[in-house]
Amino acid sequence: MSTVNLTVNGKPVSANVEDRTLLVNLLRDHLNLTGTHVGCDTSQCGACVVHIDGQAVKSCTVLAGQASGANVTTIEGISNGDELHPMQAAFRDNHGLQCGYCTPGMIMSAIDIVNRYGGKLDEDTVRHELEGNICRCTGYHNIVKSVLDAAGRMSVAQAAE
Amino acid sequence: MGVEGIGASVVRKEDRRFVTGKGRYVDDIKLVGMTHAYFVRSPHAHAKVKSIDSSAAMKMPGVVGVLTGKEIVDDKIGNLICGWAITSRDGTPMKMGAWPAMAPETVRFVGQAVAVVIAETKNQAHDAAEAVVVNYEELPAAADIRAAIKPGAPQLHPEAPGNVIYDWTLGDEAATDTAFKSAANVVSLDITNNRLVPNAMEPRAAIADYNDAEEHFTLYTTSQNPHVARLVLSAFYNVAQEHKLRVVAPDVGGGFGSKIFIYPEEMVALWASKKVRRPVKWTGDRSEAFLTDAHGRDHLTKAEMAFDASNKIIGLRVKTYANLGAYMSLFSSSVPTYLYATLLSGQYNIPNIFAEVISVYTNTVPVDAYRGAGRPEASFVVERLMETAARQLKVDPAELRRKNFITAFPHQTPVIMAYDIGDFGASLDAALKAIDYSGFPARKDKAKKEGKLRGIGFSCYIEACGIAPSKAVGSLGAGVGLWESAEVRVNPVGTIEILTGSHSHGQGHETTFCQLVAERLGVPISQVQIVHGDTDKVQFGMGTYGSRSAAVGLTAILKAMEKVESKARKIAAHQLEASEDDIVIENGAFKVTGTDKSIALPMVALAAYTAHNLPDGMEPGLKEGAFYDPTNFTFPAGAYICELEVDAGTGKTGFVNFVAADDFGRLINPMIVEGQVHGGLAQGIGQALLEGAVYDASGQLVTASFMDYTMPRADDLPSFKLNHTTTLCPGNPLGVKGCGEAGAIGASAAVINAITDAIGNNKLEMPATPDRVWHAIHGNA
Ligand code: FES
Ligand code: FES
Repeated sequence: MSTVNLTVNGKPVSANVEDRTLLVNLLRDHLNLTGTHVGCDTSQCGACVVHIDGQAVKSCTVLAGQASGANVTTIEGISNGDELHPMQAAFRDNHGLQCGYCTPGMIMSAIDIVNRYGGKLDEDTVRHELEGNICRCTGYHNIVKSVLDAAGRMSVAQAAE
Repeated sequence: MGVEGIGASVVRKEDRRFVTGKGRYVDDIKLVGMTHAYFVRSPHAHAKVKSIDSSAAMKMPGVVGVLTGKEIVDDKIGNLICGWAITSRDGTPMKMGAWPAMAPETVRFVGQAVAVVIAETKNQAHDAAEAVVVNYEELPAAADIRAAIKPGAPQLHPEAPGNVIYDWTLGDEAATDTAFKSAANVVSLDITNNRLVPNAMEPRAAIADYNDAEEHFTLYTTSQNPHVARLVLSAFYNVAQEHKLRVVAPDVGGGFGSKIFIYPEEMVALWASKKVRRPVKWTGDRSEAFLTDAHGRDHLTKAEMAFDASNKIIGLRVKTYANLGAYMSLFSSSVPTYLYATLLSGQYNIPNIFAEVISVYTNTVPVDAYRGAGRPEASFVVERLMETAARQLKVDPAELRRKNFITAFPHQTPVIMAYDIGDFGASLDAALKAIDYSGFPARKDKAKKEGKLRGIGFSCYIEACGIAPSKAVGSLGAGVGLWESAEVRVNPVGTIEILTGSHSHGQGHETTFCQLVAERLGVPISQVQIVHGDTDKVQFGMGTYGSRSAAVGLTAILKAMEKVESKARKIAAHQLEASEDDIVIENGAFKVTGTDKSIALPMVALAAYTAHNLPDGMEPGLKEGAFYDPTNFTFPAGAYICELEVDAGTGKTGFVNFVAADDFGRLINPMIVEGQVHGGLAQGIGQALLEGAVYDASGQLVTASFMDYTMPRADDLPSFKLNHTTTLCPGNPLGVKGCGEAGAIGASAAVINAITDAIGNNKLEMPATPDRVWHAIHGNA
């Protein structure tokens, strides 16, 4: 057992966990942040994507201990109070989700994609970049649409700042 | 149509919780004192269980108990059942082998549970499960259809000699043979319909909570039909009595059929919770999902179509072997029979059809309904035959189809179905236009100059949805009725709760069902709440599968709404001192036509509950229920056309265009309907190009993870161009047909027809991987 100290969604947290505990289990089982999902056991599906120090990472590939000292953001930490993050709003407005299970990971990956590409995103790039996230419901059509829509909204928001 | 009424693309109410991470799936639930289960599973496809030694496991940290198959049998927990009786052509009933929830003596597929460890944490349960020593005596295995039907093949169940479950036929054999004898041309194909793993993104999970003081169980489970689960668990499995069992299916992360069935893990969790007197949670991991979720498809078919000299179809003969796996799952028997052979007429006028279906046991996980369930297999047979015929007869594939379309309705096919309505020519026209069919030869030439092989493929599918009426399915062997129930509760302040027996696991019922209320009463959907997925709240229902929720579930709500409206109208008339016949409902108010007198719905509701001033003899309250049993199946149909390019050097397929023209009748929420089509198309294309479950000869599943089983990813798929044509379904008052499975039913034939057109070789199996396509182009040398 080890004590892990990290920042999650802006709040310092501390947990005493088995050394083999994965970050995703720390989030779900110890911190009750169940928005981050587990869809596989081979780091293929992306249901578990969170941001570590601002970058998208599959939280099932990281030991909780490795995230010690890091700044972790989960799906629960991206809206501004009642105001959805533009990516969340774009998924809702474009019907970018059905069962919702892949959605948190998709949104966290998508924010990272837009952060990296800014306004230079096109459909092919989005499809290529989403390769690490599996959705069984939507056929990706509306997910791609959502990401492109959000990219526009996010650049407008940035320009306004 | 109001802004939130029928036909409006209303943004989904449920999405806020999903995009903020506030969805509540089974694994998100924690109960006080909860323990965790981990199953000990067979590594062998076929073996005798000689002994199980759990002594070391029992001493491991955190272990609460180790329970085995012998104990579950000793406790008289029932075997799993198949709920649809099929009779063989010789009149004998299907041969069902016993399927205990954990195997006491014999394991018949890799992954079958033999014991379960209950511990304080999941890790502890997992560790201890590895310390359970099971002594197996390996037996020879039959891992696919061919191996199972060979003379001298290993026998799975003593009840089923030769591993044959049933040998069933449909249609007139003699008449069909006669038609073939008079044929000008006969087209034939050998078809493998590849085995698929449903892979809903949320793995199955269950939490069982036994309350010994009340002798009452609660089960949280990843189910598409919690009421059916409760019925089966109580009536057949003897786990709990129906009134002492509450089944809750909260947010469920996709199902596609695989979460219809009641699985051993739910039974064991309930039984174990009573044994250890603590809540027991089991969450499957993806590897367990691959090994234990019911798979789909897996047919071997020989199909022949006979044409007269004018290219009219005069006969269809089909012989199919269906792999049902090692045990008969809940609806497995019906999938390759009544959900398959009954659709073999496709969109065509075929006077004679004869189908024979032989279902067999193999040492693989059970096979049951997966999105489309039998109808994708039927559609694939018919549409591959049509395309092959067009090539063989040297006629345009669109024109050959058009020539044979059914154009007069109702139409009785020779295989049970009576199509109520459709306009197949209209959907084909819409698809041809969308893809610019007349420009295809020029595009193909241009591609050729660039060194690419371009092809175009059609698929004109039909399906039967909203599987009903109950009397009809009962006469065909179904063990349940397939109606739906609803209750409409208008609260004293005028807000509305709709209780439905349908279940939403991505389909958006929380929005579309509200739209019906908005349409009829003119109230905002924010005033309406959909309640589903809990047997304590909703009395009974049949759940969601077979694209039935709109045609059956929503119509049940409509029936209950009509009763509520009728009573509310009487109350309003009484309050307004008007005649009931003069009351109209508009924008959430009851108005007297031609006057400015009106009373708002909340006031009517309040009057109903205060009961101070109701018409004489009227009961207080405003709540009504309805059960709705349809009069027929519904028949969604459409045309898909796929245009693609193949790289002859690599065998890789790249989409140029994929267009759909579907006729789903009335659309409640076009945005949601399109989403359903997108998802279905992705699964159909996945089957055609990427997916295939492979067992090796010893019965090991070699595609048992997302690293080995190719799921469609964003860069494997095109954007889709969807079109709609409309004939309203005459069988239900809303005119809806259902849209959940169409894409998966129609897409794969369009893709394979396009690739085989591009490469000029009609022999190509699914999944058409670059390797297979390359070999089809260059020969097997
Ligand atoms: S759970 Fe992390 S990638 Fe699947
Ligand atoms: S919305 Fe269900 S898996 Fe993506």
